[in-house]
Amino acid sequence: MGTAEIIIKIVLVVIVFAISLVIAMYSTYAERKIAAFLQDRVGPNRAGPWGILQPLADGGKMFLKEEIIPTNANTFLFIAGPSLAIMTACIGSAVIPWGQKLTIGSYTFDLQIADINVGILYIFGVVSLGVYGIMIGGWASNNKYSLLGAIRAASQNISYEIAMGLSIIALLMTTGTLSLGHIAAQQHGFWNGHYFSWNVFSQPLGFLIFLVCAFAETNRSPFDLPECETELVGGYHTEYSSMKLGFYLFAEYINMFVSSAVMATLYFGGYNFPFMDLIHSQNLVTILGTVFLFGKVFLFIFFFMWVRWTIPRFRYDQLMDLGWKVLIPLAIANIIITGVVMQFIK
Amino acid sequence: MESLSNKKKLVESKPLNFLERAYLPAIAKGLGITIKHFFKKPVTISYPEEKREYSENFRGMHSLKRDENGKERCTACGLCALSCPAEAITMIAAERQKGEEHLYREEKYAAVYEINMLRCIFCGLCEEACPKEAIYLDGPHVPSDYLRKDFIYGKDKLVEAPLNQ
Amino acid sequence: MSTFYFIAFLSIFFSILVITARNPVHSILYLILTFFTFTIHYILMNAQFLAIVNFIVYMGAILVLFLYTLMLINLNKESEPRKSNLVKIAGFIGGACFLITIVAALKAFKMSDSVVTQNNDLGLVKNLGKILFNEFLLPFEISSVLLLSAMVGAVLLATKDPKAA
Repeated sequence: MGTAEIIIKIVLVVIVFAISLVIAMYSTYAERKIAAFLQDRVGPNRAGPWGILQPLADGGKMFLKEEIIPTNANTFLFIAGPSLAIMTACIGSAVIPWGQKLTIGSYTFDLQIADINVGILYIFGVVSLGVYGIMIGGWASNNKYSLLGAIRAASQNISYEIAMGLSIIALLMTTGTLSLGHIAAQQHGFWNGHYFSWNVFSQPLGFLIFLVCAFAETNRSPFDLPECETELVGGYHTEYSSMKLGFYLFAEYINMFVSSAVMATLYFGGYNFPFMDLIHSQNLVTILGTVFLFGKVFLFIFFFMWVRWTIPRFRYDQLMDLGWKVLIPLAIANIIITGVVMQFIK
Repeated sequence: MESLSNKKKLVESKPLNFLERAYLPAIAKGLGITIKHFFKKPVTISYPEEKREYSENFRGMHSLKRDENGKERCTACGLCALSCPAEAITMIAAERQKGEEHLYREEKYAAVYEINMLRCIFCGLCEEACPKEAIYLDGPHVPSDYLRKDFIYGKDKLVEAPLNQ
Repeated sequence: MSTFYFIAFLSIFFSILVITARNPVHSILYLILTFFTFTIHYILMNAQFLAIVNFIVYMGAILVLFLYTLMLINLNKESEPRKSNLVKIAGFIGGACFLITIVAALKAFKMSDSVVTQNNDLGLVKNLGKILFNEFLLPFEISSVLLLSAMVGAVLLATKDPKAA
């Protein structure tokens, strides 16, 4: 790997990092606006035109708030919790293919930071690590509500990871690769001559299971039991204040962004868009593809928020029932059906 | 027993059928309802800039009226204070001096007229009681403030602005 | 090679911290770090699949459950029972036996012709899958059926008996 490539990679890392932070920032704004629109309200509109400076105001407020560390809390772990949460949220975006090859001058490079051949599993690893931030923070607060929230988070994440993994297996049977770059490339265009090339058309049930699990893994409503206000005050972040609370909230939005990107890549063709073969300039296709990918991601983020303001929270036993008794059997059935169909087609 | 009004409704609790148990149709329906609201016009009135119109019989802050020549109508008879169920009104009467005819309509006037807005219940009985049509509750809301003493409104806040100014 | 020595040092350092940490939750957290260094070892050996599986299964699931349980059982110094001498002696004998086994194993230690150098890409998903599904098909299938049956059993245990309900 030459110096130029390393520089390009570093630039790419910085860009992806910055984009995910900005998107997470504006997700907080979007969430409030969408919530307002769904409830016939206006939403934040004071900071700047239409309130678009609201995230900056919120961030400023978070930074300036008093930082409280409870006396009996474990100080080191109390600080480590939110740091871990936001770190694991940020590293997930490393394997997502943001676009095809881009040529600038004599250099051609991929718009993907790392095309490792276990890309999906890497995402899983990062997701499963994300729960540590919540657990450590919840335990270190030395508060019963935080502990209960942390425990809920742990069991919820582990339960839904299984269903998520099983739903992915059916997808991997059709794609035959674990690399996200290859999976995105396989879904070229929209119509491959015989059939829709996006995976959602061959794996609708798998997508549904994955979607539900993604909601549970990102702790979004209707599965936001770890921070359930009505029962647990604030759940795992009851004792947190200032920017440490901000980090927890931020991590949730980054997680949402990354999981939207993963869903768009796995099931909705990633950077592919209909009639992309009609455009001959490779660079134009790449840029348009990236724009389309972000469009899909934004649609998913909108969907996350839309669902949040529609469906009330599950009860905890209902959550576990859904995970273990519905989603896992469905995912296994999906694997079997996929296998049988693949045998017949072959 | 037989229902006389025919309004009784028996609550049925049938076991859910498959589609109902599958949740998804219900969720889709709910999402449909919320997205319909997404495109509706917000009902919010953004207060300071926009104000909701008061209804015609709204009773807000009091104002002490002047007559057509700009003289204060109030004659400090004390009927409003007497009628006030919350005892919010106090006043001190004074005699009109020579040269003040252009200020006060009657020979007696209220030198001090105070309404405690924290006590006032905006019932409008003072308005009804006034024989001189001097007090009306036709103002806007009473604004908020920090100190209790600032809610005792004197003549400076209550009396209508003079004419021709 | 220096990376290897650094990571190996970290593994041993964290493992020692695991057994010396006073607080059981800290102990588990050090164990997580230890497993993380193992993951790095696998990556250094170009065994990506093993690395990521170690990451997901051990760090992401099993240790979460460990942490989960430890958080619930509240192991304070006060509530911890005094260990009797008998337990201490038994612990010593057990440890000594383990030490002897390790020393004996070290005596038989010689440089094996390393598997990694024979085939550098052995750890990649494709090669690993080919080997698992050709040479080791039967053990692989048996273990997967075992795991699946365990999971089905768990779901079955969690499901209410329809007759009892």
